[in-house]
Amino acid sequence: MPTNAPTAAHTLSDVTASDSTLRRFLHGLPGVDAVGLEARAASLGTRSIKTTAKAYAIDLAISMVDLTTLEGADTPGKVRALGVKAVHPDPTDRTTPATAAVCVYPDMVATAKEAVAGSSVKVASVATAFPAGRAPLGVKLADVREAVAAGADEIDMVIDRGAFLAGRYMKVYDEIVAVKEACGASARLKVIFETGELSTYDNIRRASWLGMLAGADFIKTSTGKVAVNATPANTLLMLEAVRDFRAQTGIQIGVKPAGGIRTTKDAIKFLVLVNETAGEDWLDNHWFRFGASSLLNDLLMQRQKLATGRYSGPDYVTVD
Amino acid sequence: MSEKTEKTEQRLSVFKTYKLYVGGKFPRSESGRVYEVTAKTSAAGAAGKGNWLANVPLSSRKDARDAVVAARKAFGAWSGATAYNRGQILYRIAEMLEGRREQFVREVADAEGLSKSKAAAVVDATIDRWVLYAGWTDKIAQVVGGGNPVAGPFFNLSSPEPTGVVAVLAPQESSFLGLVSVVAPVIATGNTAVVIASEKSPLPALSLGEVLATSDLPGGVVNILSGRTAEIATPLAAHQDVNAIDLAGADDVLAKELEIAAADNLKRVLRPQPVDEVDWSAKPGIDRMTAFLETKTVWHPTGSLGASGSSY
Repeated sequence: MPTNAPTAAHTLSDVTASDSTLRRFLHGLPGVDAVGLEARAASLGTRSIKTTAKAYAIDLAISMVDLTTLEGADTPGKVRALGVKAVHPDPTDRTTPATAAVCVYPDMVATAKEAVAGSSVKVASVATAFPAGRAPLGVKLADVREAVAAGADEIDMVIDRGAFLAGRYMKVYDEIVAVKEACGASARLKVIFETGELSTYDNIRRASWLGMLAGADFIKTSTGKVAVNATPANTLLMLEAVRDFRAQTGIQIGVKPAGGIRTTKDAIKFLVLVNETAGEDWLDNHWFRFGASSLLNDLLMQRQKLATGRYSGPDYVTVD
Repeated sequence: MSEKTEKTEQRLSVFKTYKLYVGGKFPRSESGRVYEVTAKTSAAGAAGKGNWLANVPLSSRKDARDAVVAARKAFGAWSGATAYNRGQILYRIAEMLEGRREQFVREVADAEGLSKSKAAAVVDATIDRWVLYAGWTDKIAQVVGGGNPVAGPFFNLSSPEPTGVVAVLAPQESSFLGLVSVVAPVIATGNTAVVIASEKSPLPALSLGEVLATSDLPGGVVNILSGRTAEIATPLAAHQDVNAIDLAGADDVLAKELEIAAADNLKRVLRPQPVDEVDWSAKPGIDRMTAFLETKTVWHPTGSLGASGSSY
């Protein structure tokens, strides 16, 4: 199997020693064949998944959804409704699996925690001055600590894209390390790269390795707040990175595409990417998530279609 | 010289690819299937028996599903448009049809086995029907709505509102006049439609899509599918996001089946009339419009009534 990882294993412990070694390592990663990457992602999207396999994929996808509301207009009532929906996505069919988590702003964590209490649903909170990340480090860390103290099980941080694009990789690295420390032992850390702002596939590969080296538990494509969000190609690239990272270090890291995934068909395409790239070990909501809100309703409508044989409609799922 | 004449004689024929009309676009069937359409037998018609006319898309249930999604998406803006505006757009359709009269005369003649002059009369009647319904858009509310006399200090108003997404099985025999006679009243009142064209002669319907696309009609208000009526109608009748179904083009057996499927989400069902008795050229009345209207009634408090019996 061809990998895109640097060959010498000993390099990994040394690469974060200084700014220059880190830069040398990241720029030493092989360049991405953009045409090949997109062709591969497109060809994996042509698989036809039907009947029992489709039913399995839909349930798996539902269990992987991070049900998200990140609006300025979020009210406690909306967050509670979202929590209830995460626990029982389809109240008319209790065999529907619960989603993986609800994802909210830090000040809504306590409300969300209450709403999902007693279920397997986790509470994820965005932090570090989401979505721009343009705040001093102290503020970002306080943001994280508050969210963790309020009971967040997972923290979704954004990297400092300005520093990354300016080539100051060590600053980005140190920040992730500091946030990881603020998360403590209880909360898992998802690192958002905002791939739509990184311009090139090479940068996405570098960011993936940088995040993994700094101790991310998950690498996540985007905030959902910019024009280009998760695409099959950039998710495929990140899946290759986590596969290579585990081959080299034995550490497994999760992937979360977010934003722009709205239909069951899209979600199933991503699951095919996961299975064919990273492998079956990642087909679990501990290692793969969808950051989405409207996707869940489409999954539920498709699930109803499979169960009853007739097409469902938006009148039969909740309005968020 | 002789070479030049040969060239003009050898000009390759340019066949038209008939395609579906869904969401304002002209897709092929998702399934990639097509079926052959042949001209109807006629002594007077130009085309003889069994003459091949075109290959048209054989729609699948997924095409039907996509059409419902498009119709649902278009419903908000179309039902929210003013009745006056809808009337203008429907009249515009008539104008566009007038410009393509020759084409439709030819297609109707082939589809129904009519002479050219009879086909021309059918096309004229069809254009007039669009004009008729264009005029009705802003008048139907006065006819079926209005103030209700109630006891108590209320001003009580009823107004008709469109039902929603309507699946329309176009008549099988009258491929153009019949089609327009069932589609125009549905959209005149603000519904959006998923239309299944006549199975044997879908060409006028598919060409109508091209007219609709150039008539300011928002994409998705009318979606036209060709194929086996039973195959497409069954999932539409059971579809939870379709609010009503017009069974004009279904035979007795199919109509019964579809009615049962439609009961699941309490769709409004317009039963087919006995085929022999339908005269599509007769004056249509307003029944086809009211079949897909809901009545909304509002009670507006007026305060206590004075000695005159009215507070305003």
